[in-house]
Amino acid sequence: MARSVTQNRKIINTSAAWAVGLLIFFPILWTILTSFKTEAQAISDPPVFLAFDWTLENYGAVMERSNYARFLWNSIVIAGGSTILGIIIAVPAAWSMAFVPSKRTKDILLWMLSTKMLPAVGVLYPIYLLFIKLGLLDTKFGLTIVLMLINLPIIVWMLYTYFKEIPGEILEAARMDGASLKEEVLYVLTPMAIPGIASTLLLNVILAWNEAFWTLNLTAAKAAPLTAFIASYSSPEGLFYAKLSAASTMAIAPILILGWFSQKQLVSGLTFGAVK
Amino acid sequence: MYLKASLGAATAMALVMGSGAIADTITIATVNNGDMIRMQGYTDDFTAKTGHEVEWVTLEENVLRQRVTTDISTKGGAFDIMTIGMYETPIWGANGWLVPLDGLSEEYDVDDILPAMRAGLSHDGTLYAAPFYGESSMVMYRKDLMEKAGLEMPDAPTWEFIREAAAAMTDRDNEINGICLRGKAGWGEGGAFITVTGNSFGARWFDEDWNAQFDQPEWADALNFFVGMMEESGPPGYATNGFNENLSLFQQGKCGMWIDATVAASFVTNPEDSTVADQVGFALAPNTGLGKNANWLWAWALAIPAGSQKVDAAQEFLEWATSKDYIELVAANEGWANVPPGARTSLYANPEYQAVPFAQMTLDSINAADPQNPTVKPVPYVGVQFVAIPEFAGIATEVSQEFSAVYAGQQTVEEALEKAQALTNDAMEAAGYR
Amino acid sequence: MATQHSRSAARLMMAPAVVLLLGWMLIPLSMTLFFSFKKYLPLRGDSMANGLEWVGFANYARFVGSSAFWPSVQATLVIVGGVLVITVVLGVLLALLLNQPMWGQGVVRILVIAPFFVMPTVSALVWKNMFMDPTNGLLAYLWKFFGAEPIAWLSQASLPSLIMIVSWQWLPFATLILLTAIQSLDGEQLEAAEMDGAPSIKRFWFIVLPHLSRAITIVILIQTIFLLAIFAEIFVTTGGAFGTKTLSYLIFQRVLESQNVGLGSAGGVYAIILANIVAIFLMRIVGKNLDA
Repeated sequence: MARSVTQNRKIINTSAAWAVGLLIFFPILWTILTSFKTEAQAISDPPVFLAFDWTLENYGAVMERSNYARFLWNSIVIAGGSTILGIIIAVPAAWSMAFVPSKRTKDILLWMLSTKMLPAVGVLYPIYLLFIKLGLLDTKFGLTIVLMLINLPIIVWMLYTYFKEIPGEILEAARMDGASLKEEVLYVLTPMAIPGIASTLLLNVILAWNEAFWTLNLTAAKAAPLTAFIASYSSPEGLFYAKLSAASTMAIAPILILGWFSQKQLVSGLTFGAVK
Repeated sequence: MYLKASLGAATAMALVMGSGAIADTITIATVNNGDMIRMQGYTDDFTAKTGHEVEWVTLEENVLRQRVTTDISTKGGAFDIMTIGMYETPIWGANGWLVPLDGLSEEYDVDDILPAMRAGLSHDGTLYAAPFYGESSMVMYRKDLMEKAGLEMPDAPTWEFIREAAAAMTDRDNEINGICLRGKAGWGEGGAFITVTGNSFGARWFDEDWNAQFDQPEWADALNFFVGMMEESGPPGYATNGFNENLSLFQQGKCGMWIDATVAASFVTNPEDSTVADQVGFALAPNTGLGKNANWLWAWALAIPAGSQKVDAAQEFLEWATSKDYIELVAANEGWANVPPGARTSLYANPEYQAVPFAQMTLDSINAADPQNPTVKPVPYVGVQFVAIPEFAGIATEVSQEFSAVYAGQQTVEEALEKAQALTNDAMEAAGYR
Repeated sequence: MATQHSRSAARLMMAPAVVLLLGWMLIPLSMTLFFSFKKYLPLRGDSMANGLEWVGFANYARFVGSSAFWPSVQATLVIVGGVLVITVVLGVLLALLLNQPMWGQGVVRILVIAPFFVMPTVSALVWKNMFMDPTNGLLAYLWKFFGAEPIAWLSQASLPSLIMIVSWQWLPFATLILLTAIQSLDGEQLEAAEMDGAPSIKRFWFIVLPHLSRAITIVILIQTIFLLAIFAEIFVTTGGAFGTKTLSYLIFQRVLESQNVGLGSAGGVYAIILANIVAIFLMRIVGKNLDA
């Protein structure tokens, strides 16, 4: 009796969750499907869901028009580079905040987050002028630095909350055994913090990948990532839903696939210390 | 792969030796309109001729404008050629930001550029940008629906006729809207359209002392007429429709008439994209009998920023892309209807081009626009659908946002005009005009 | 535990991050402040090289005096507030649902978090064209199917539409953090309450919600930081028309569309002030939860 009740409940739960999940996912699904339609089918009335002549012509058209491989490579370099650089700088800072806290630690942390509130458009001219002076305009290096700075507060905070959950006794034991500070961080702390670092890494790759203001405004041809790629498809002439869908799918597919494959790691560390 | 690359390098090398120039890589910022996309496809022809490589930065119009304006006003030097319009060219030229195009080659034949285009892209008689294509606006209508409504389109219709015809063609059950017009906010979108409509109703942006004129009855007449007509016969949600949205509607057969850029004529008559390709007729933009038609003048043009390190290569590209040869190259591959229109006199003298159905009406429309005297009453500015002062883009975008709110039914015509008047005067004061 | 030695080492380790962020904050901030007191109209030929004219507080007065200022503050707060309410409420419900036993939990979780990976520009383009377009949008077909007049979403219901698009993007984030928090809830405590006959509403209100308060705090804090700065969604969908002009969009208009850098910089200073007011407000209300 009790068993069948839970069984029933499980069926209800499953169907409700799947319905909600599919509803949330639907816009992405619809975009992917539309990318395989012809332009005429993309706006057909009534809309066709699956029963259309699948075609790759939109992908062909997009590939012919844009150097997708270069945009993709730039996105990978900028998003990956800024995240790795950010983590290298953030690990020591988060470590010292977590294990040698002072009265001002909390203030410093909140101050760091507050630097993210500077409205980007307001400082476009200063940053642009600075980039010209330093010769960083349209370089992957310049963009990597900017995105690293933008995300650094989030990285520090995530790592800090994660480090804080590591019991201090372990570190003390290591110190008793004569481990130096460097050894302590490298061989004791870091391995324990791998899951936290992994999810920090993933979250920041996503944030950097999707950043669309600086990546568009500080690049021209050489360093332009996928956000610039999509800016050339936003309103072409005439019917364009299918081509827009193909370009959109190409812009989000890499990060979507990365996200799905690594969702376990992402989820396990994405707590910001919310779990106690 | 390696062999191919080295062969390519060898050919490039030979070409370089031959022409005695250094092969450069130039960066070009351009807009994602069909003609520019087509030009990108022919880049190889340019590289084969000159040895120079081209890096394209293709952006949507609004993003492009923001991007190139930032770069040129800070002398960033990110681009060697910028695609700009008739609005930017004289202002930037006056600031000394563009390389003057007075050293163009003999074969280029600069005198062949349509006089209206040349005037609009010059400052103090010096050309600063070469027109890639030029346009005015005109009426595009469905002959079949017009016939069904029992009407005949005159060559130069009045607004009253357009409104009647629109009402007669409208068939809501079959999703046919009598007329599709731009309502989208933005100075180059709905802002441009309502400005030329205002011109034909005798309205103007400023009087001779730079006072905003939105408190004058002509503006109220123009706006009330526009809103009334669109409510009777326009598509739902026209407040967010711009050029692309309307093009798409017209191609799907959902519009009886569409008044917009003359370049659209080749898209709506192209049977590959348009379901109504064989039914499209053309007429001059409407008037109210005051002597001004509601048609604008615009060109997308190529200019070289003064900070470019590769002026010579850039000028070679500019000459290639806006040359007679380029037009013939496109004509040979894609047919005469698809060549970039509105830039050269010789194109309209070409008998093969004259056979294109919209060629003559395009030329007539371009000639009917007069940037020096755009309005019925005198004005202190140059420009038909814009005012050639640096502040205009910002002001007109905000004004057109107020108008779009009227189209969406969120405020009345009077409220919008009152706000437009206040914000225009305020901005002009900030800029030191008043 | 912390010796003098480890303290100074800690300072040293913190230094790179602090110095970099200090630079990233101070250089643009001081330049913004500098510009905000100057007349800087690049299109009129003003440039740093030629020297800029000092205008005192004129830019500040003009920015606030503009009829667009207060509506933009209001729009900012409505969007941020609306998205926060929707994502937190739906996020809690969704987290509760996903925490139940079911088949294919992993796949459902993938479906739910997917929108978070989508670029804001792409999501705005897709929503605007393929869903909210009054003629060819999918929602228009849906409305017509049920015999209703299609809605011109982005003009007639501009703010709700925008809030919906942004909420769609941020719901996965909220759900994930809240789900992780729920999973850490002590099952025995809940079971005990169930044994005592506490109805499920009560269990939720007195056990689950307090447990989630910390996670909710974090969701609100992080999302606020990102939501105050949303730009691409507005740029793509309405371009600031129909009452969707937020403070950061207004600054964009002043700096880039009107090319008035001085005026825009004054706006930037106001935006920083607003952001800090919101931040302090948040800290006061929720800061206790966040014993960082």
